[in-house]
Amino acid sequence: MNKYLLSLFKNKSGIDLLIISLIIFVIFPLSMDIFRLNLVGKYLTFAFTSVGLVMLWGYGGILSLGQGIFFGIGGYCMAMFLKLEASDSVSTAHQTTPGIPDFMDWNQLTELPTFWMPFHSLTFTLFAIVGIPIIVAYIIGISMFKRRVSGVYFSIITQAIAAIVTILVVGQQGFTGGINGITDLKTLHGWNINTDSAKYILYYINGGLLILTVLVCKYVASTKLGRLLLAIRDKEDRVRFSGYDVANFKVFAFALSAVISSIGGAMFTLQVGFMSPSIIGIVPSIEMVIFAAIGGRMSLIGAIYGALLVNYGKTAFSESFPTLWLFFMGAMFIGVVMFFPEGLSGLYVSYAPKLKSWFEKKFIKDKSLTNSSVKRAG
Amino acid sequence: MGGYSLNDLMSILVMQGFSGLSMFSVLLLMALGLAIIFGQMGVINMAHGEFMTIGAYTIFITSSLTNTYFPSLKPFYFIFAIGIAFVIAFAVGYVTEFLLIRHLYKRPLDTLLATWGLSLIMQQIFRSVFGGREVSADLPDWLMGSWKPTESIDIPLNGVFVLVMALLVCGFVALLLFKSQWGLKVRATTQNRIMAGAVGINTKLIDRITFATGCGIAGIAGACFTTIASTSPTSGSLYIVDTFLVVVFGGAASLIGTITSAFSIAQAQSILTFFLTSAMGKVVTLLTIIVILMIKPEGLMKNKVRR
Amino acid sequence: MAQILLAIEGLTVSFDGFKAVDDLNLYIEEKELRVIIGPNGAGKTTVLDLICGKTKATSGSIKFKDSELTKLPEYKLVQLGVGRKFQTPSIYENLTVFENLEISYPKGRNVFGALRFKRDDVVLNKIHEIADMIFLTELLEIQSGLLSHGQKQWLEIGMLLIQDPELLMLDEPVAGMSVVEREKTAELLNKIAKGRSLIVIEHDMEFVKQIAHRVSVLHQGKLLAEGSMESVQANPKVIEVYLGH
Repeated sequence: MNKYLLSLFKNKSGIDLLIISLIIFVIFPLSMDIFRLNLVGKYLTFAFTSVGLVMLWGYGGILSLGQGIFFGIGGYCMAMFLKLEASDSVSTAHQTTPGIPDFMDWNQLTELPTFWMPFHSLTFTLFAIVGIPIIVAYIIGISMFKRRVSGVYFSIITQAIAAIVTILVVGQQGFTGGINGITDLKTLHGWNINTDSAKYILYYINGGLLILTVLVCKYVASTKLGRLLLAIRDKEDRVRFSGYDVANFKVFAFALSAVISSIGGAMFTLQVGFMSPSIIGIVPSIEMVIFAAIGGRMSLIGAIYGALLVNYGKTAFSESFPTLWLFFMGAMFIGVVMFFPEGLSGLYVSYAPKLKSWFEKKFIKDKSLTNSSVKRAG
Repeated sequence: MGGYSLNDLMSILVMQGFSGLSMFSVLLLMALGLAIIFGQMGVINMAHGEFMTIGAYTIFITSSLTNTYFPSLKPFYFIFAIGIAFVIAFAVGYVTEFLLIRHLYKRPLDTLLATWGLSLIMQQIFRSVFGGREVSADLPDWLMGSWKPTESIDIPLNGVFVLVMALLVCGFVALLLFKSQWGLKVRATTQNRIMAGAVGINTKLIDRITFATGCGIAGIAGACFTTIASTSPTSGSLYIVDTFLVVVFGGAASLIGTITSAFSIAQAQSILTFFLTSAMGKVVTLLTIIVILMIKPEGLMKNKVRR
Repeated sequence: MAQILLAIEGLTVSFDGFKAVDDLNLYIEEKELRVIIGPNGAGKTTVLDLICGKTKATSGSIKFKDSELTKLPEYKLVQLGVGRKFQTPSIYENLTVFENLEISYPKGRNVFGALRFKRDDVVLNKIHEIADMIFLTELLEIQSGLLSHGQKQWLEIGMLLIQDPELLMLDEPVAGMSVVEREKTAELLNKIAKGRSLIVIEHDMEFVKQIAHRVSVLHQGKLLAEGSMESVQANPKVIEVYLGH
């Protein structure tokens, strides 16, 4: 791993990583007020999911249309912990049953449901954010991949699961907060997450985790496992007949993408201050795919740009031309598969060298400096 | 279920069964269109629901036009409107295949994303043209009544009509696929595209017409849909997940499988809805299907082929 | 007397009632190079599919050393020492020749093993050794999709060789090859047959003569004749099947 880190900074993908880190950690915080920065922080939580999708879809060729579920698992786990902390018996003294979350009280629940109990503990919550998505992805993955359910069938079934989970969360108001979700979150171990300084800190933690995630994924992609995923994507049978249990590798990719999404979801709750079913269903799940597609389905760093750009576009458009936005979004789905299947990173890879050589011809006469070339997308 | 007597239970079962039949009919027509497109061509059309919506809005427009200009024709317009719904959905499907689908035949996952984009655009067009609120067509009087075989059983006529419609279309498609020259060409293209091309079948045209026919049938589904619910820009998208499950559950290339699975899914949902809530009925049904699919991924029916 | 490596007994598979392989018995000895011939649709490829687990048998048994293969998943068969080359070259076209061989290297075969897998000297030496055998040493860093058809066939054979299987099955290994490439392939097969058993499906009779120890003729899913190339070619039943209709 150490060797790997060193090698990163000798080649181009290290530079790409440096640039995105600069943008996240320096340029954004310096150029925006905390309200806008918090919004960017929210976009970056979606970038987790798209980074996970690059591993799953770009490398593994497995398109999950249910990544919102995992984003939701992380988000809801964190929200449950924060909600319990916000529902101490003093601030809920006016309720029929003090000490339980307000929406439970409204729904005539008189005691905390058992599955909420462990979320009093932050340690448990953190473990749950990592552990539950792995378990869920493992169960879904094993049962589908072992029986060779793949391709569009897998996509459709994950989408149906997203639909079911959403209906369930909306329907079980007393346990989940229903359509409104879990709101009015205040403190984490007594630390008020709604202050400006907390928002700055959370933004930086979020950015740090995201860069760390990209590093881990880059490492995985650089190992034999990364090449095996590509091999499975292109010639599954050959891999199977080379002595590999293909299903296990798919399950790994699925579980990896699930954990990453879940971490993003937890950071979403912390930064935005609520969690609701509107962020986990069919539509948000497939939008997460478009972030990865726009960034370039094979590019981990591109996925971050994709998430930033599409979400920024969504905010900007929906403020001024809400009807145009859906047209634009639809056009993006069609355009990116018809005309730019490699997304932004594809454009970058094909145009950056041309731009560079143009730049060098124009401004630098010394040709000896211009022999480096761009090989692969970052 | 302690609160119900045996007699009550029977009536509930019959009535919910019949209300399930309306849903079965719509689901069956939707799934039939999708099964033709997916089963025969391997194309995933996420905008299939919007083709249903096209059909539903067509009925709405025809009904408004009839009411305004030819009020005397009101009892008959519905029959013609179904035909118009088919033709319009067919035409839009034809154009869609030409502009979009044919470029993506070898990339099923990309087709899925592109048609999702198409569905967003179509929904927004509906919203811009018809407004966001639900509209409903004026149905002819003969569709509105109900049939009371016993005191406690009440069967709406529109449900019966829709069911007959769905079965007719199904029979027609079966005839077309298995008895006509066109059906032979479609099946030949499905099984061996290169060979079919070599013996002089215009496989590109076959693809386009197959896709358009699937869309046209979704248009008929939309027409039937107007008899049981009102139409909004997102009406179709509510059906898409169910429809896909029907097709996958039925075994993608099997007509009998599609019918059986549409029937069981619609009935299960309808009956469960009565005893649980509508949402939970849906959850239980969908979950059951997914579990069955995990155990038996090839669906209900399967063609054994030597690979 | 040579040991039997693979024993196929009463093997049958039917697709919707059509028996593609019908009550087949076949025995392959250790270090034998067996060629299976037969007209189109005789069930040759299906037999290989059955041995390597791609198709599940309706009835019958396939014994490899002491293991019953019909009950095992594909990847376990490979780990036991059964390798299979497909009819059309099946390689990872987006990876380099080196990476193709590396992926096939029989180490790091589970998820966490693959994460920890290192390109150490043992691996590198083995890859170079195999590359040398399959005439691709100069092309190790080339993206494998750019290879010629014949070179792709060799690469796939190399990907199997690197796993050092005891039984290697090749489905039409010289299809689409030039005359020179055919001769090189015959030389390669004769070389690798020294350490293991081979089953080869082939149509090119000249090529079969160059390599076969023994020949089995399949017809309509059944074994029609077996023996040396000369005896099979002289067999009236075989002549009728090939020329009769």
